[in-house]
Amino acid sequence: MRFVDEFRDAEKARVLSARIAELCEPGRQYKFMEVCGGHTHTIYKHGLEDYLPETVSLVHGPGCPVCVIPMGRLDDAIAIAEEPEVIMTSFGDMMRVPGGRGSFFDSNAAGADIRMVYSPLDSLKIARQNPDKRVVFMAIGFETTAPSTAMTVLRAAAEGLSNFSIFCNHVTIIPAIKAILDSPDLRLDGFIGPGHVSTVIGCRPYEFIAREHGKPLVCAGFEPLDILQSVYMLMRQLREGRSEVENQYARVVPWNGNPKALRVIGETMELRPWFEWRGLGFISQSALQVREKYAAFDAERIFSVPGVRVADPKACQCGEVLKGVLKPWECKVFGTACTPETPIGTCMVSSEGACAAYYNFGRFTRERVKEATRA
Amino acid sequence: MADRADFAMVSVAGVKRVVNIGLLEDEELKAGDWILIHVGFALSKIDEEEAAHAIRMLEGMGQAYTDELIALAQSDLGVQP
Amino acid sequence: MTTQDLGANIPTRSTQAGWAEEAVAEAERESPHAGGRIGAEHLTREQQVLERIDRARARKARVKEPRITLSHGAGGKATHNLIEAIFLDAFRNPELEQLSDAASVQVGDARLAFTTDSYVVSPLFFPGGDIGELAVNGTVNDLAMAGARPLVISAGFILEEGFPTDDLRRVVASMAAAAKAAGVQIVTGDTKVVQRGKGDGCYINTAGIGVRERAVELNAANARPGDVVLVSGPIGDHGVTVMLARGELDIIADVVSDTAPLHELAAALLDAAPDTRLLRDATRGGVATILNEVATASKTAIVVDEEAVPVRPEVRGASELLGIDPLYVACEGRLVAVVPAEQADAALAALHGHPLGEGAAVIGRVGDDPPGLVLLKTTFGGTRIVDMLVGDPLPRIC
Repeated sequence: MRFVDEFRDAEKARVLSARIAELCEPGRQYKFMEVCGGHTHTIYKHGLEDYLPETVSLVHGPGCPVCVIPMGRLDDAIAIAEEPEVIMTSFGDMMRVPGGRGSFFDSNAAGADIRMVYSPLDSLKIARQNPDKRVVFMAIGFETTAPSTAMTVLRAAAEGLSNFSIFCNHVTIIPAIKAILDSPDLRLDGFIGPGHVSTVIGCRPYEFIAREHGKPLVCAGFEPLDILQSVYMLMRQLREGRSEVENQYARVVPWNGNPKALRVIGETMELRPWFEWRGLGFISQSALQVREKYAAFDAERIFSVPGVRVADPKACQCGEVLKGVLKPWECKVFGTACTPETPIGTCMVSSEGACAAYYNFGRFTRERVKEATRA
Repeated sequence: MADRADFAMVSVAGVKRVVNIGLLEDEELKAGDWILIHVGFALSKIDEEEAAHAIRMLEGMGQAYTDELIALAQSDLGVQP
Repeated sequence: MTTQDLGANIPTRSTQAGWAEEAVAEAERESPHAGGRIGAEHLTREQQVLERIDRARARKARVKEPRITLSHGAGGKATHNLIEAIFLDAFRNPELEQLSDAASVQVGDARLAFTTDSYVVSPLFFPGGDIGELAVNGTVNDLAMAGARPLVISAGFILEEGFPTDDLRRVVASMAAAAKAAGVQIVTGDTKVVQRGKGDGCYINTAGIGVRERAVELNAANARPGDVVLVSGPIGDHGVTVMLARGELDIIADVVSDTAPLHELAAALLDAAPDTRLLRDATRGGVATILNEVATASKTAIVVDEEAVPVRPEVRGASELLGIDPLYVACEGRLVAVVPAEQADAALAALHGHPLGEGAAVIGRVGDDPPGLVLLKTTFGGTRIVDMLVGDPLPRIC
């Protein structure tokens, strides 16, 4: 596949690996945070950490939109799904996330109608095909998916659909990064910037990170070479004493983002005054809600939602893992009470969660695995 | 697509899919263009020049690295890297 | 991050997720924190945690969910848990404990293989086959994987009120053709009809009996370090075909189901490599699940070379679009074989010699460490673990 295979070339990886190693100052540890769930997944799926020197480590941040949804919000979604004649639709990632009373899968078993879709347009199709049902789309994601949700709402409005609405849980990335930067526990040298979010918002929003906080940021693609090249670019910035925003994913990310995408988001949605993020607490101006103009498509206005906050289980340390303060295996319940089959927290159940990635892919001391796979 | 202006047929490795291209209306898309798709929508047009540039840079690093190694091997100074 | 400055609308009422607190307490009771374990001092913190995980994984199976969910039918961890905790526990006997695809039954001097399966695929008709063909081939294959010669099959139908009779004719015609091709006879059956809404058109249950004529004992536990892992052709065709055939996605691809009877292929393989350790057909859960079952049963490590695993470009493309990994996608006409290293070449040649084994390849080898795990050497040159999924592969969206 073009634009994919070239960026998975092992030979080039070895070269980048050597270059990165060359740039390491003796005795210094380097810590970069990658803020995008897709990056977490790629890193583990391809075993990228094998290509980095011991002194360079990657920390996983709160860029997994499923992971940051608090349990109470999920309960709200289930409450909507349990209303009469409702078909709830959701991306696959959400189906197993446990709320205070169980997951979407559990709800289905108890009689709700919650269906998996690959696109909000599928949800619209279901609404058209089931005029006597009320179809709700569980809208999640950062700015990457918000434009798609917005376009779908506009389409529903254009078609005059009266049985379609969205339960809006879109969050924005910059407040999450700010929360990280403001966190006293963390000492980072730089950021691997989001890839797909940046196709929408562009690279400018990150400039304050480099300017005011002095941390370089490189927007990275999702193929293994993209990530390695981004690490290399970060190391070079550090070596050269620079602190800038660079765009490694320039083939996909326009510096100014996608104006049309930003327009449709602005047309249909607005910032909430505050929103609760699992593990990060309440953050102001960090999430989106449907505008008054499109109230007919806002599930929160159509249905009465309990809105009860469910406190994270005491032993759950998703928050620290999401902030990169703890490694997955440092969480006290990792692997015992909290496993992929019996997840306590979102980091374990989402396919992009750091804990799931580690448990499913990276588990086991790297040396032992490398030893075993030596041909 | 003929009947729906904001949709296009895309294909990857012989697999075809109908995708909404409404978010790229500011760009001029034509057959043969590569795009990034996400949950049924096209998010961005791939800039082939940038892609070529990125690949050249990766290759260049490799070549430069090999050149350096060769130069080092040929150097008669015997200096440690 | 404080809440004081954000106004009075923030909900102050909050509850706790009781199930989570219970789960944590229970886990602590069963495998107390590593720090307290004698002898743990010399291990690093990470290693201690990994040990705790191993102990947790070795715990007695238990089903905590109050209701059956779709995950329980996907062939992954949830299914295994259900089988062990509920079925095995209640029916316990040495033969069942083998948990193989086909049971061994001795009647006088005759050694028989006995298997059963149910088919609930939707849609019933898809490119490359239908539920009928699947039913016959699936049962034939379970027997073939046990090294038996398939003899007879039973077919029980559960039909939904309103199911078109012509569709039934189509399904049955497929079964007849498939049975003929596989050299088996459908000798007994049953029919039930359930009310509209209580079935999915047509469900089929089969049972099959075969004769074990070879001296070979095929068992997942037989794999040993040094053995070679082969697959008989490109993987993932069936699962992707069915997903696309559901028509919910606007994806058009040239993929067809790979459903096929593997008895001849298996026989050819066993002739050429008589010391074959095991044969498995890679149905739900895909190749990754099979390899995990083998690694666990034989307490070996299985190392797979991602580059070597055959996948058709269309299946790869569709999988990327769907956000799933071909290693976990079902096949219905592919087998995985583990053979001693010295017989690997002969085995591969035998597979290549049969039309169904055209795309056969060596995809990995068996090692001794870490036991019970499946590892992948990625095309990129990195390494990772391939664990069993909990339920169906869910598409990755972001």
